[in-house]
Amino acid sequence: MSETPLLELRGVDKSFGPVQVLRDVDFAVYPGEVTALVGDNGAGKSTLVKCISGIYGTDAGEFFFEGRPVTINGPRDAAGLGIDVVYQDLALCDNLDIVQNMFLGRERRSGLVLDEPTMEELAARTLAELSVRTIGSLRQHVSSLSGGQRQTVAIAKAVLWNSRLVILDEPMAALGVAQTAQVLELVRRLADNGLAVVLISHNMNDVFAVSDRIATLYLGQMVAQVRTTDVTHAQVVELITSGRSDSLGANGRNDGGRRRNGTVGGLE
Amino acid sequence: MITQSRTDHPETWSAVPARTTLDGHVRSYLARLRGGDMGALPAILGLVVLCAFFSVLRPNFLTAGNFANLFTQGAAVVLIAMGLVFVLLLGEIDLSAGFASGVCAAVLANLLTLQGWPWYLATTAALATGAAIGLVLGFLVAKVGIPSFVVTLAAFLAFQGIMLMLIKGGTTVAVQAAPIVAIENRNLSPLVGWLLAAVAVAGYGVTQLRRYHTRRTRDLATDPLSVVLIRIGGLAAVVGAAVYVLNVERSLNSLISSNRGMPVVVPLIAVLFVALSFVLSRTAYGRHLQAVGGNREAAHRAGISVDRIRISVFVICSSMAAVGGIVAASRFSSVDATTGGSDVLLYAVGAAVIGGTSLFGGKGRVVDAVLGGAVVAVIDNGMGLMDASSGVKYLFTGLVLLLAAGVDALSRRRAAATGNR
Repeated sequence: MSETPLLELRGVDKSFGPVQVLRDVDFAVYPGEVTALVGDNGAGKSTLVKCISGIYGTDAGEFFFEGRPVTINGPRDAAGLGIDVVYQDLALCDNLDIVQNMFLGRERRSGLVLDEPTMEELAARTLAELSVRTIGSLRQHVSSLSGGQRQTVAIAKAVLWNSRLVILDEPMAALGVAQTAQVLELVRRLADNGLAVVLISHNMNDVFAVSDRIATLYLGQMVAQVRTTDVTHAQVVELITSGRSDSLGANGRNDGGRRRNGTVGGLE
Repeated sequence: MITQSRTDHPETWSAVPARTTLDGHVRSYLARLRGGDMGALPAILGLVVLCAFFSVLRPNFLTAGNFANLFTQGAAVVLIAMGLVFVLLLGEIDLSAGFASGVCAAVLANLLTLQGWPWYLATTAALATGAAIGLVLGFLVAKVGIPSFVVTLAAFLAFQGIMLMLIKGGTTVAVQAAPIVAIENRNLSPLVGWLLAAVAVAGYGVTQLRRYHTRRTRDLATDPLSVVLIRIGGLAAVVGAAVYVLNVERSLNSLISSNRGMPVVVPLIAVLFVALSFVLSRTAYGRHLQAVGGNREAAHRAGISVDRIRISVFVICSSMAAVGGIVAASRFSSVDATTGGSDVLLYAVGAAVIGGTSLFGGKGRVVDAVLGGAVVAVIDNGMGLMDASSGVKYLFTGLVLLLAAGVDALSRRRAAATGNR
């Protein structure tokens, strides 16, 4: 495991009017690792992701990419750094085929004409690298794919574009058991290929199956960022629901100094 | 925890695609049909049935003269429908396309006859008028955010008014410039017709074979060579037969006046058809257009400028309407207040839908406009030969349109059931 995080956030605040959604959040993501981002509904997971991907600006806080301070002022900046978000609602066009979707907005051309053979080759190679074997033809419309296959295409698209950090927002939602296993396997393979992966999930089984670290948000605060091997199911559930876990040792906490007594002092 | 359980997906994906055979190709085509992906089949079947129907009831339907009439009668509607396909692809509608063509025709007639402009300048001005109309409509839809139905309904009314103002009430403005009149009223010599047909078939054949060769050498899945050859042969047969019939003498007494050869409007339609098809299926712009029609949010996230695409389709549609208007002016050698009015727009929308373009967006090809336009032209022409009243004609066309929309809706449902688009 490398020591420098690929992306590190320090002291991020974000408010929508009077409502403070993120307060003093620290978050670090390491290359080659799957970092699970967990928290109850409304804990600020989606807001944090949108801050990282440049959709929302932040009120305070610093971003470091490979140790260098960076600013993310829009989705373009995030994309420039190689940060890619695979959204829950699957940003794929049903009426286009797999290759067309994977290259959407970044088509290869030779002169004026689309270079279909090259695109098809690159798409095939990317899927092969990810050991995706469950897709019949690259030229079938995305609408004919199952939920897991669609998720696979969306993730492969991120890989194709040499993303350094892939953020997956509930990729297993609405998937069957076998399809979930298929996507989890793909998530693991992304990290093994050296990418940093952030996985948002509500399912503790999935989180423990695939993640290296678990970051827990509670009412807009990062209450713990720990190695998955250091915690139990029950402890993580406790962190999610109450923002604290008495059984969790102090060494399990992330950069302790910034934390307020290890627990969250309620709403205000 | 991470298992290899893929039992619910027996199909496998291999690095080297299997070489499909003719038999396999036919089978996969039938499977697609069953899955609700009908393509051009309903329009072609409809065309065959209608032609058989009219030729049985009216033997003079199946004559060389009437065949040529189909082209000149249907040309304006087909051209307008070609533009409409782009708008419909985005799930938008342009109700003003008919009267936009009328306005452009009126501009043409005014400049030619009343202002004495040369034909090429007047034509350019008419086309520019079309593009400008599209720009305004597109701006109102994409930037201001008014639904296209409302914007173009307003334009439908306004353009009717502009037409009346341009041609001073109920008068008729004659169009006498020879090159304009020639479009619908002159024929190419038989030899030129054959040459153009040969160029078209050769062009298609070379593109198809080159594509086959490239994909084959790069180890990508291809249609079998036999299918490629059948396609080229099929086009050659259809084009050859059409040119042969068009080159038959249509004049009752060829000593007095000869009337044979391909109407000038046919190559015009063919060139625009190839150009627009190329834009739609081979360029990044066309791909982006389809993406916006399929999932606007996904297209936006992929970095596509959705507003620009939405404006551009209205420009294309109104420009094609201008071409249709010029052709209509040529057909009657005049422009009056009804040019582009009454049933033109409805026929054009009907043509696109009958051809297979979906009103829900995301599905449409330029060829739909041609095939659907042919169906509309055959109905219009056949009913005319049967001395049917306008009432019966409209009723019949309406029923066919309803049938086409029904086929679209049913194949959609079928497709949803089989998870196939």
